[in-house]
Amino acid sequence: MRPEHRSLREWLAAGEAGRVIRDATRVVALDDFAARSGLKAGAAPLIAGRNVMLAIEDQLTAAAALIELDGLARRIVVCPPGLDLASRAVIATNAGVETIVIDAETAADARTALYRLPLADAAPIDAPFIATEWALLTSGTSGPPKLAAHDLSTLTGVMAKAPPPNPAPRWATYYDIRRYGGMQILLRALTGGDSLTLTHASDPIETTLSRLNDSGVTHITGTPTHWRKVLMSGAARRIDPAYVRLSGEIVDDAVLNGLKSAYPRARIVHAYASTEAGVGFEVTDGEPGFPASLLDARGDGAVEMRIVDGSLHLRSRRTALRYIGGNSAPITTDDGFIDSGDMVERRGDRYFFTGRRGGVINVGGSKVHPEEVENVINAQPGVRISLVKARKNPITGAAVVADVVIQDGCADSDALRVRILDACRAGLAAYKVPMVIRFVPSLEMTPGGKLARLG
Amino acid sequence: MSIRLTILEQLKQIALEQKKSLAPLNDELPLLESGLDSLCFAILVARLEDVVGVDPFTTSEDAAFPSTVGEFIRFYEHAA
Repeated sequence: MRPEHRSLREWLAAGEAGRVIRDATRVVALDDFAARSGLKAGAAPLIAGRNVMLAIEDQLTAAAALIELDGLARRIVVCPPGLDLASRAVIATNAGVETIVIDAETAADARTALYRLPLADAAPIDAPFIATEWALLTSGTSGPPKLAAHDLSTLTGVMAKAPPPNPAPRWATYYDIRRYGGMQILLRALTGGDSLTLTHASDPIETTLSRLNDSGVTHITGTPTHWRKVLMSGAARRIDPAYVRLSGEIVDDAVLNGLKSAYPRARIVHAYASTEAGVGFEVTDGEPGFPASLLDARGDGAVEMRIVDGSLHLRSRRTALRYIGGNSAPITTDDGFIDSGDMVERRGDRYFFTGRRGGVINVGGSKVHPEEVENVINAQPGVRISLVKARKNPITGAAVVADVVIQDGCADSDALRVRILDACRAGLAAYKVPMVIRFVPSLEMTPGGKLARLG
Repeated sequence: MSIRLTILEQLKQIALEQKKSLAPLNDELPLLESGLDSLCFAILVARLEDVVGVDPFTTSEDAAFPSTVGEFIRFYEHAA
């Protein structure tokens, strides 16, 4: 059966019995979805065939709700945790949302909650199967977030043919399942894995590692920043995974070597994926970057790639279908490629990622637009102009650093440095504040009179 | 200033800037229990790169990441 013609509940019914999704305190048995539900009684008409927004703050509850909404709703707009109400309202309008699913914890009035755990006995909902469209928020662009449309087929599209792992992987993820990277793992677990263990950023690392070990987790996935935290925790050996996966940021030798040393028996794989491009490729040779030969790859499940003006373009069965919303630009080029905006350079027989086009800085998975930081710096008396850029950092992948040109007549650079940092801390999220400020005599300009930036 | 003193001074400075409560520093203190988060350590490494001139995470042959204050200092002393 083609994946787009099978709902997640049908995948669960066809899978092994006894599987669960768990977080730090609760367990949801996947078998229970056959005869139990978290949906409020009578809610079916609000969901079936509708454009639904999933705005549940709790991750485990959101995962359970996704299982039930798939195949029932026409479109699910998946809100990441912490999304502010104003953005939510804009997105709901653009996506034609008819019903917002919130849980009892999120709702101001518990009676408005449409979904809750634990699951309760419920008769099956009598509604025709719909190949639900999944709308995921993109990151890395300025302005309001865009919505990329996927379906179960693009989200679960197989990589190059490989025999299914035996026994089935017991997954754990450091990502949130409402973002692309985490959703990949949720869907892999539901459609072909064993149990899934969720983590929360606020959980202490040591406790989480012990919990992953107690749950018998074999496959663990996170960003390089997550893994560096694990390696520096002194508790890394509390787990003994068979498979370690990194994605979401540029991978370097230090983290790969650290992981090889801590987990000698594990397969260490880093993957390239984005909300728009889907999972692009996996690198299994334990080295940073990717082999140039991947650009020639052809065949079932393979991704087609090309480099255009230094940016990686990808096309595969996993790329998003389109952007959602009235005036959205096409998501692909005319011939179906996604321009990732991820800049690469070739050294020898490998390509290496050098950063984002336009200089967007990825600090431990959070995106920083240089212009936003420069605006704060440039507003300080004594500053003539500034350039904010990325510097490689072994802890968060990239660090925000600022080169500042002082106005003539401003003598005290130490006091200016303090003023700049104070203003940045007052006006910007902590990860956007420059870690290093250098005073420079001048900045390079393009012939068009713009600041010269990477890419 | 020695590498040890530079690192200890920077730790205090960054804790102050990031409004973190820094645990009493000694060589056995696990970095995880120092009161600083990933962002603080990223700042520390970025500033040390300017002050000390090295980033041992990138240059070191040693695959083991430091997990205590003492290991962190020795990591830099060996690389300098």
